[in-house]
Amino acid sequence: MVKKFGGFTANHNLNFEVYKGEVFGFLGANGAGKTTAMRILCGLSVPTSGEINVAGYNVYTHAEKIKQNIGYMSQKFSLYEDLTVEENFRFFAGVYKVPPKEIKPRMEETLTNLELLNHRKKLIASLPLGWKQKLAFGVATFHNPGIVFLDEPTSGVDPVARRNFWEQIFKTAERGITVFVTTHYMDEAEYCHRVSIMDQGRIVALDTPQSLKDKYGVDTIFDLFIKIVRQ
Amino acid sequence: MIKAQQLTKKYGTTVALGNVSFQVDEGELFGFIGPDGAGKSTLFRLLTSLLLPSSGKVELFGLDTVKDYKKIREITGYMPGRFSLYPDLSVEENLDFFATVFGTSIQENYHIIHDVYSHIEPFKTRLAGKLSGGMKQKLALSCALIHNPRVLVLDEPTTGVDAVSRKEFWELLRSLKSKGITIIVSTPYMDEAGLCDRVALIHHGRLLTVDKPGAITSSYEKQILGIVADNTYKLLDSLRKYPDVLHAYAFGQQVHYTGRKASADLNNMRAYLGQCGHKDVQIMQIKAGIEDVFIDLVQDRQG
Amino acid sequence: MKRFRAFIIKEFRHLFRDWRTAIVLFTIPLIQLMLFGYVITTEIKNARIAILDFSNDEITHQITNKLLASGYFILDAGLKSIDEVEPAFQKGKIKEVIVFEPDFGQKLIKTNKASIQILTDASDPNMASLLDTYTRSIIVSFQNELNKNQPQGKHIITEFRMFYNEGLRSAYMFVPGTMAMILMLISALMTSVSIAREKEMGTMEILLVSPLKPSQIILGKLIPYMALAFADMLVILLIGHVVFGVPVRGNLLLLIGTGTLFILLALSLGVLISTIARTQQVAMIISLIGLMLPTILLSGFIFPIENMPEILQWFSVIMPPRWFLSAIKDIMLKGAGISYVWDNLLIMAFMMLFFILLSIKKFKTRLE
Repeated sequence: MVKKFGGFTANHNLNFEVYKGEVFGFLGANGAGKTTAMRILCGLSVPTSGEINVAGYNVYTHAEKIKQNIGYMSQKFSLYEDLTVEENFRFFAGVYKVPPKEIKPRMEETLTNLELLNHRKKLIASLPLGWKQKLAFGVATFHNPGIVFLDEPTSGVDPVARRNFWEQIFKTAERGITVFVTTHYMDEAEYCHRVSIMDQGRIVALDTPQSLKDKYGVDTIFDLFIKIVRQ
Repeated sequence: MIKAQQLTKKYGTTVALGNVSFQVDEGELFGFIGPDGAGKSTLFRLLTSLLLPSSGKVELFGLDTVKDYKKIREITGYMPGRFSLYPDLSVEENLDFFATVFGTSIQENYHIIHDVYSHIEPFKTRLAGKLSGGMKQKLALSCALIHNPRVLVLDEPTTGVDAVSRKEFWELLRSLKSKGITIIVSTPYMDEAGLCDRVALIHHGRLLTVDKPGAITSSYEKQILGIVADNTYKLLDSLRKYPDVLHAYAFGQQVHYTGRKASADLNNMRAYLGQCGHKDVQIMQIKAGIEDVFIDLVQDRQG
Repeated sequence: MKRFRAFIIKEFRHLFRDWRTAIVLFTIPLIQLMLFGYVITTEIKNARIAILDFSNDEITHQITNKLLASGYFILDAGLKSIDEVEPAFQKGKIKEVIVFEPDFGQKLIKTNKASIQILTDASDPNMASLLDTYTRSIIVSFQNELNKNQPQGKHIITEFRMFYNEGLRSAYMFVPGTMAMILMLISALMTSVSIAREKEMGTMEILLVSPLKPSQIILGKLIPYMALAFADMLVILLIGHVVFGVPVRGNLLLLIGTGTLFILLALSLGVLISTIARTQQVAMIISLIGLMLPTILLSGFIFPIENMPEILQWFSVIMPPRWFLSAIKDIMLKGAGISYVWDNLLIMAFMMLFFILLSIKKFKTRLE
């Protein structure tokens, strides 16, 4: 994957595969080109060159198909604050054409799973951040997408809620949904099945957290990150 | 010296900050650590005299934030949580503006900001809105420092910034501290606690504990077991069902387990995990980290 | 003082760095004036008129021919009696009826005096007044020709009467009206938005914790927009005068002084709005709905205040632009001096004082 903006190359020749049901950590410094790459994978931006398939669809020819088969959640926009939990679910279910009959049972199942069934009539604005993020995740995976993209989903969330969130990520991965996630919490990177580290538009490391730590002789992903990016 | 006594801030019936008391010594690097919505920003706005307390009081070097707010504003450098510089002005124009507003000039106080500003000085004609995250933080810090304040109040300066820039930022704070500036900083990243002289853990508007980071972790009395197995997620599930469990959370590839008893029966646990079908089980006793303590304190309050 | 200067420099930088807005601010008055100027036609071509000639003599025929030869008018019908005038107007084609009194020619020769009545359809007041001007000037030039080489001047008296809108809101209203709108837009809207932007970006927090005094922050915000509004006011006056021929009969200094007072009034409103609004969006909505619409609708700019329902007339009393408009209209068009407009100015000054006091009360040196 290559993406150039005029003379500036945001993504130099990225080569990677993410497998079905995998939790893939996409790490990198600010401005390393993560957002650009994510946008391409979500079908929001056309790459300059390269062959890219997401959920089995080609990004050049089937961008719309890709959008139907992915979920997306960022730390900035998650849900409509002035709508209730249930209204948000119904809206996004409509957007992704979830069959009307399935909406109610599936919503109840999802909310039970998130332990938030009793709060479904509440406005999003009234909920704590950790719950909002969990709900946003529930909404992003509601239509059973092949892949869900999470852009710093746990930014500012408290440690307990952060762990709850990651438990949801793993449950989702068990269902066969691929999770593609960026984060600045390096401990979270350790949860991922595999991580890639981007620096200045290139992927400079890609493997399981353990093999990367062994390879670079460090104890934590934090040290690894510092070592790689500072070079 | 900064001293807060029984500080409370209410919005209607919501208590944003309840009965908070603490003391920060001159020249200290003091951290408030807690998630979003814990009350960090409210506390910092009370410190900088931007908000009036509902009750209680704060003094900075003997100056009351309510009565002497004008003097306080001259000795504090404040960096609010959001990026709050003018994106349509260049790096240099921003800095020059704040210098003049505080009655000084870049030349006059260059020695104070040099360590920070030298990183971004090569880009001084660039518009602030076009800087990368880490550079924006450094510019904001330079602007907060330009009038040579006695105390720096930094609200979540490292949020959303990558690990490398964060590390650099903390190194800058250490060097500022060595110049005698008192620094109060907040962060949602628990791993940054160790970089402060003392920290206060804050949650739901209340302080959970205030101490040196080392003391907080070493005085933690409960036993923590770090457990690894082939499937972390399933391991977590099994451990939560273990009869003696208090709580279990994932920490990287390990699960940190805290039991109800002072010390767990490791053989019994190994046997249990074996029955559950886990392979390559390793159990080791580990020292608590700040995050372990935080989770435990929060659970204690809720339990 | 140095701080204050730095603040103002910063404000001008914002203003000019956002060149799109700056260009819009300078071109809006031009575009507005052009729009109003062309929607309200300033040129007459082939306007349909009718003639009601009670005299039917040589001189009335000469005048009629001269009018029709000008190219401005087309004769639509000759009328026989005064009762036909109203139906002719109601059909809507005819814009003007010219009535010669009985024995027009004889009277002119014998007594040196005769009258012509000019009746216009003033439902389009601008058109009506233009027709009147054109007709009159043709009649005056005819009269001058008659009087050539004659010691005793003959005088044709023209009586002007309008149908449907007898008060005739001046066609030149659009220049003062545009001025009120633009000054309101720049002073109130731009100021409130620019203060709200600082709140939204979080820079207000830093300014508040700085040694800058709140009055310096506010004044620093006002001065650039005041300068901009002042420049725009001059541009509008100049274009109004040069391009559209709007007269400035009164004292120019009084006119500019009145404009400046209105700018200050609008600025104080802008500050008041910004003390309430937390975001740019809210500031913009309040300014547009709370200020711009009433300026256009209730100030007498487009709809004559006299024709409004009584409730709205009362409401228009609290509209600052109402007092401004009536004052500059009097100064520009009627040449009124300060003795005629002092009450308007006083009301504006009191309004300004009220808004300033209210803003000071509402503006906080803290965040809540």
